[in-house]
Amino acid sequence: MLTLAILIPMLGALALVLSPGLGHEKARWLSIGASVLSFACLIIVWALFRIGEEAPAFQSVAEVPWIPSLGVAWRVGVDGMSLALSLMSGVLFIACIAWPMEHPDRPIAYYAWFLFLESVSLGLFLVLDLLLFYVFFDLSLVGMFFLIGRWGHDGAERAALKFFIYTLAGSLAILLAIIGLVLSVDPITFDMRTLIAAQPLAGMDLRGGLILLGFMVGFAVKTPLFPVHTWLPPAHVMAPGPVSAILAGVLLKMGTYGMVRIPLQMLRESFAAYAFPIALFALASILWGAVVALGQTNLKRRIAYTSVNHMGYTVLGIAAAGAMLAGAENARSLALTGAVVEMVAHGLITGALFLIAGGFWARSQTYDLDAFGGLAGVAPKLTVAAVIAAFASLGLPGLAGFVAEVQIFVGAFAVFPVIAAIGLLGILITAALFLRLLQQVFFGDLPTARKGFPDLSRREGAILSVLLFLVVLIGIYPRWLLDLIGSATRAIVGGS
Amino acid sequence: MPIGDLSPEIAIIVAAVLALLFAAFAPRRWQAGAALIALAGILVAATLLVLQIGETRFTFSGTWAIDGASIWARLMILFATAFCILLSPGWFRTDPRHGEYYTILLLSALGAMAMAGAGDMLQLVIAVLLSSVTGYTLAAWHRDWALSVEAGMKYFLMGALANALLVTGVALVLGLLGDSGYTALSATFAAGVAPSPLLFVGFALTLVGVAFKLGAVPAQAWLPDVAEGAPVPSAGFLTVVPKIGAAIAMARLVQLVPPDALGLRPLLAVMAALTMTVGNLAALWQDDVRRMIGWSSVAQAGYLLMAVTVLGLSPDALMAVLAFVASYAIGNLAAFAVVAHLRGRTAIADYAGLARRQPIAAAALVLAFLSLVGIPPTVGFLGKLTLFLTTMQGGYLWLALLAAANTAASLFYYARIMGTMYFGTPPDTVEVLDRLSGVAMWAAAIAVLGGAVVAQFAFTAFRFSTLLPM
Repeated sequence: MLTLAILIPMLGALALVLSPGLGHEKARWLSIGASVLSFACLIIVWALFRIGEEAPAFQSVAEVPWIPSLGVAWRVGVDGMSLALSLMSGVLFIACIAWPMEHPDRPIAYYAWFLFLESVSLGLFLVLDLLLFYVFFDLSLVGMFFLIGRWGHDGAERAALKFFIYTLAGSLAILLAIIGLVLSVDPITFDMRTLIAAQPLAGMDLRGGLILLGFMVGFAVKTPLFPVHTWLPPAHVMAPGPVSAILAGVLLKMGTYGMVRIPLQMLRESFAAYAFPIALFALASILWGAVVALGQTNLKRRIAYTSVNHMGYTVLGIAAAGAMLAGAENARSLALTGAVVEMVAHGLITGALFLIAGGFWARSQTYDLDAFGGLAGVAPKLTVAAVIAAFASLGLPGLAGFVAEVQIFVGAFAVFPVIAAIGLLGILITAALFLRLLQQVFFGDLPTARKGFPDLSRREGAILSVLLFLVVLIGIYPRWLLDLIGSATRAIVGGS
Repeated sequence: MPIGDLSPEIAIIVAAVLALLFAAFAPRRWQAGAALIALAGILVAATLLVLQIGETRFTFSGTWAIDGASIWARLMILFATAFCILLSPGWFRTDPRHGEYYTILLLSALGAMAMAGAGDMLQLVIAVLLSSVTGYTLAAWHRDWALSVEAGMKYFLMGALANALLVTGVALVLGLLGDSGYTALSATFAAGVAPSPLLFVGFALTLVGVAFKLGAVPAQAWLPDVAEGAPVPSAGFLTVVPKIGAAIAMARLVQLVPPDALGLRPLLAVMAALTMTVGNLAALWQDDVRRMIGWSSVAQAGYLLMAVTVLGLSPDALMAVLAFVASYAIGNLAAFAVVAHLRGRTAIADYAGLARRQPIAAAALVLAFLSLVGIPPTVGFLGKLTLFLTTMQGGYLWLALLAAANTAASLFYYARIMGTMYFGTPPDTVEVLDRLSGVAMWAAAIAVLGGAVVAQFAFTAFRFSTLLPM
């Protein structure tokens, strides 16, 4: 079933490539169909997923041998964390594929690349084999490179190249770390379950530290953490709205998901030894992201920097969860649950924000905040959507971001009280920057150039309302999501 | 004399002679017929080689090694040569005497095969010379075109020097150790050899002579010129086939010397580091695609040397040598097949927007480049994976780190061309060569992707391969 979820979008992409005569609308419907089918597979897996003490850690497992002599196989399976992330990715991909293209140029290739990216993104969350994990990690870069470079705005080529090289350097660090890790088990295997159970580097100080460093550098580039975040703003600004939404909503999560799955789970001892410096980097990202975002006058750049800030919260939660081998289990699993909820919430919220930003570009060809004002009068629906998304992003109670951040901070206070206290400043600054953004764009005087600014079309409205409905639902009734994620995080923190 | 042991090589010689006779007597419009003779010869030779699979022994008084490494390498050489033959009839259509080209090509392939099989240093010298002499001709084939002649000339000058060094090195080793046969040398080292600077110099010079065929530092300078100026089928051939033979020859030489005997491993590690770094830095700002592929091919030789460095230190080193050479050959030939199919267009600006006019060619070139970078699921990824694995297993972490940094940097020049092809404004029309080159391009692209499917088979075959003398 999981294999199908990965395969269907890939087949869809292939079908698009092989039928070059297809019209724009047909190509779009085919892509929506493929991504909905793939999502349906995930829903079935979710329906069969068991939560409880006696339920196995990884479920819906399937395995097909590929290169036995290296211990590589097609292994798929989910726990509560990867299931939640892949469901969120599924929703976001459907939304972004359905969102109207900004420049209706070469639609077939555009949708084919989107489906390709969906397939590899889901693959990354669903596989249980380190080599395949790396394969999908790299392929996501290729997909993104072409999407940004080809359908982005002026100068997108440079941004795409920077993104590609930066993140490939990170992923090579991961590759070397993976090799170092698998070489320490005998016989060599890339099976994540075996590696989690074996804890192969326990008791090896230097080697464990180096391998941890490799993983953390690679994932920090992808997440991105300060100071290796500099590829993110240009990539976001140049990319079309839906591509930005996927980049922020799905691709950034690969970094944090990887951090939990590999360093935290497989190198528990080394991770605990270095959790404090990791938390410091998270803090730096929280503050740097927030402060720099405040200074931006470009709509997309501002949202992009808040991503650095939000991913900082997530990493803080992860660092807190892995800070010790035993003790404070409740606080640590709370922090980790918060971190995973933050990934889901950030995916939905920032996805919606970037789609809205894409809508601004499609209507006015600019992201300059000063070029807007008083839009509440001409575009009430757009205003409502933007206000909900912005409030969710700044962590207003009753919306998804709040649920995540509260848990991260409550958990982190038990482990790193000082860092958590300073980190709270980030929330304050984010609140200020979003409120000023809303004030500037939607209230005040309407510039003459924006007199005929069109409101959300029916399609855009429907897509945004689904995303924002989920944001509100997680905000007021998070039980279902917390139970799902908690089943995984308790096991991870408990060390099984 | 166990003549049958050399049957694959004899088949190649016979085919070369037949092709020459055919070319001498056939009318101009039939010249391409020599290609068929060459292909038939290769088919026979490959069949005879397949029959040797599984054997591990020296033959002809210890001068010729039949082992897993030489068999797989010679098979790769034959495949690569056949692939270059597919590109040739279209490319040389206007050349009235091009039937002879196939003869030279076969003889050059024979030189590479002899390098892979050499079990004696003197035999190695002969093999390198045969491969070199024919190589110069292949590079300078367009004798009316300055760039081609320049490429041949540069290749020849570098080669003359490198071959002289090789002969000096062999003479030193022969003089100091009293034998040039690998079996005897290996026994000498097993009994213990007093480390002497002169012996180190002897081996180092020999390695430099082989490094010339590999396109590695310090004898790398000919490669970009050949890639740019030689006829594209020759360029594809010369950047791949001699390297396959040289890789095995180098591995065999290195394996002779135990890791703690002479300090060859650190020397090789430095060569590897310099080669990949020089190749990549020089490729960064190339505005000529063929020249860029040439420099990238230097860098790839550097990666290959990593696996040679850890021979004897890691059990999987030979597997990595074979796997990486195979994946490199596929990737590089795929790139040259696209260039040939596009009639050798080479300025990077001429590739702008190519994806719209020639989507298949553009996609094939992207696949070839991704494979050379080592991005999954191409064969290049599997090659690089085994390479990193062995290098780290052999204890050369710094080399693996440097290779990773180099790989990331190399993406810049590959992605620049990918970007130009996909994001640029397309030209009005794009001329292509002929149907055969199109077929070759397709086949190479499929091999780039399909390699991952047969990976298990290849890994098993390579892992249980042997490298004489043991």
